[in-house]
Amino acid sequence: MEFRRFRGTDKYLTSSALESAVNCALALERPLLVRGEPGTGKTQLAEAIASALGLRLIHWPVKSTTRAQDGLYVYDTVQRLYDSRFGDGDVKDIRRYIKHGPLGQSFASRDRVVLLIDEIDKADLEFPNDLLHELDRMRFVVTETGDEVIARERPVVVITSNAEKELPDAFLRRCVFHFIEFPERDLMARIVRVHHPDLDQKLLDQTLQAFYSLRDVDGLRKRPSTSELIDWIAVLRRAGIASVELEAGMPFLGALLKREQDLLVFAEAASRGRRPRA
Amino acid sequence: MFVPFLYELRDRGVKVGAQEALSLAQALGLGLHRGTLDGFYEVARALCVHREQDLDAFDRAFAHHFRGVPDDALALTDELLQWLEQPAGKRQLTELERQLLERIDLVEARERLRRRLAEQRERHDRGNRWVGTAGTSPHGSGGIHPTGIKVGESPGGRGALEVAAERRFRDFRSDVTLDTRQIEVALRRLRAFVREGALDELDVEATIDKTARNGGELEITMRPPRRSNLRVLLLLDVGGSMDPHAHVCERLFSAASRATHFKELRTYYFHNCIYGRVYESAALMRGIPVLQLLQDCDPSWRLIVAGDALMSPWELQSSGSRWSFGEDSGAPGIAWLAHLAQHFLHSAWLNPEPAVAWYGTAEVIRRVFPMYRLTQDGLLEAVQHLMRGGGRH
Repeated sequence: MEFRRFRGTDKYLTSSALESAVNCALALERPLLVRGEPGTGKTQLAEAIASALGLRLIHWPVKSTTRAQDGLYVYDTVQRLYDSRFGDGDVKDIRRYIKHGPLGQSFASRDRVVLLIDEIDKADLEFPNDLLHELDRMRFVVTETGDEVIARERPVVVITSNAEKELPDAFLRRCVFHFIEFPERDLMARIVRVHHPDLDQKLLDQTLQAFYSLRDVDGLRKRPSTSELIDWIAVLRRAGIASVELEAGMPFLGALLKREQDLLVFAEAASRGRRPRA
Repeated sequence: MFVPFLYELRDRGVKVGAQEALSLAQALGLGLHRGTLDGFYEVARALCVHREQDLDAFDRAFAHHFRGVPDDALALTDELLQWLEQPAGKRQLTELERQLLERIDLVEARERLRRRLAEQRERHDRGNRWVGTAGTSPHGSGGIHPTGIKVGESPGGRGALEVAAERRFRDFRSDVTLDTRQIEVALRRLRAFVREGALDELDVEATIDKTARNGGELEITMRPPRRSNLRVLLLLDVGGSMDPHAHVCERLFSAASRATHFKELRTYYFHNCIYGRVYESAALMRGIPVLQLLQDCDPSWRLIVAGDALMSPWELQSSGSRWSFGEDSGAPGIAWLAHLAQHFLHSAWLNPEPAVAWYGTAEVIRRVFPMYRLTQDGLLEAVQHLMRGGGRH
């Protein structure tokens, strides 16, 4: 069996373990479940896979109210009821009122697509189980019309989770799993370079130093992550700041620490002179 | 080659079965591992591990299976570190030992530990370089840090065995005690929905049905919204032997009070054992009689008691302790506990102590309440027990 291997993109650097996991998912045609700290690029991974393989990306952001059925199709009964009373359009044709959701669209698509089910843990506890059957069989029946939607090309399914909630075992068993670790310093330097190619080396070193020390401060509620670091460097450059030191008066600290308590914790740690380990 | 490895995984609690074995065989058949051990490590991890809590067990199994490495070395370090962190938690210490302990400078002790580990590495280094990595890597290059990750080495040059031996995923193990978020997640399963109250939600299905039956004339049907109907009574043991666990109990309390899906939550405190009263404040002030509590809370309330169930045996037998301010509650402590357990259809006792420490009074209380560990796994089991139909263990 042939499949196109995934090797990351210019904009998205991967580790060898992540590439292996993606390639397992591609070769075995299984959903890829990605977990990790917020801000480690889980959502970007799906975009990178789509762009590396030249496929269209269908994004399904999951919310607390999302139901599995919404992903397949929605039968717009209210519209049909409305039409029936005010005589607009052909009410007899139920198909006009069936709207495919993201999962339905990815099955019905002519070409292979990448389907991103983003932050699956936000929905109800039963949500992943409700999707099991459709993801396994890659088909579903629209009960109102009896039509069966069958995927011509199995979509590449990427599922992200913030590890907030335990996912059901039966669901987990069907997925290829990858946990995105927080990048080590070398990889982080490369990642920053991708986003800020012409960044001064001295500033890069200093910001990384400050960033990792900050992550080591005990008692932070939300430790800053990759996306925050990249934003912070962008802000520093905009403001024309050429060097930073780790201290309470660090410029634009708010870009890294978003909670008031964390700012206090950091100020306390810095004022005690107890410089956190690098 | 890999079937014994799968059994090794199972032995360590990673639930792999036929499905994982087949996928792994298929992946290897496709050459996804690129013919290397490193590749095998990555592929097997992606297919056999389903949650980050199991990553550590996987790493240990891998290191053990593929190099026959004893993995107690790191466990020993973990234990020692924990012991150093929490000297107050060791109630087995005699007064003399405690004095000795206070004389030891923690920093110095750690330094000694680090030196010993360094020596150990050198001793094992001949012919087996990984023990060195396991011995020191969690301590970083400059000292001891439980979550430390080795810095300063090029990540490209490390093989799977070294990565596995580093055990970077120790923090995700589910058998260690919990943070607030994990407790919240576990408690979220504790819920039961019913439709009751005012009719203020449009029932689309019923509206369409009624309208169709009504010959097309619109007939709106309303229904009450779905609401959680679960009430929880939380009793927390405070003071004395519970002091080392105070932070876990605090987290349990804050997670429970933040949970929005309980219809009602009541929290009371007690010390060691419950006699006639429980208290509204952790300082054991503002007592309310247990009998009144039982009148207020019908048997459908879920009762959660958190405590180490350790006390002097007489505290279970007597009808009042020195904490109840000379008041006699009229029945021995154990009878009060049994009364509580019998009143509620669902109850669970969460114990922050490891199960091996459940002896003496804990053994007795265990016969009255189903007892679970106050860890992620234990809490989930407890919640499952509390949600089980019918109730009463």
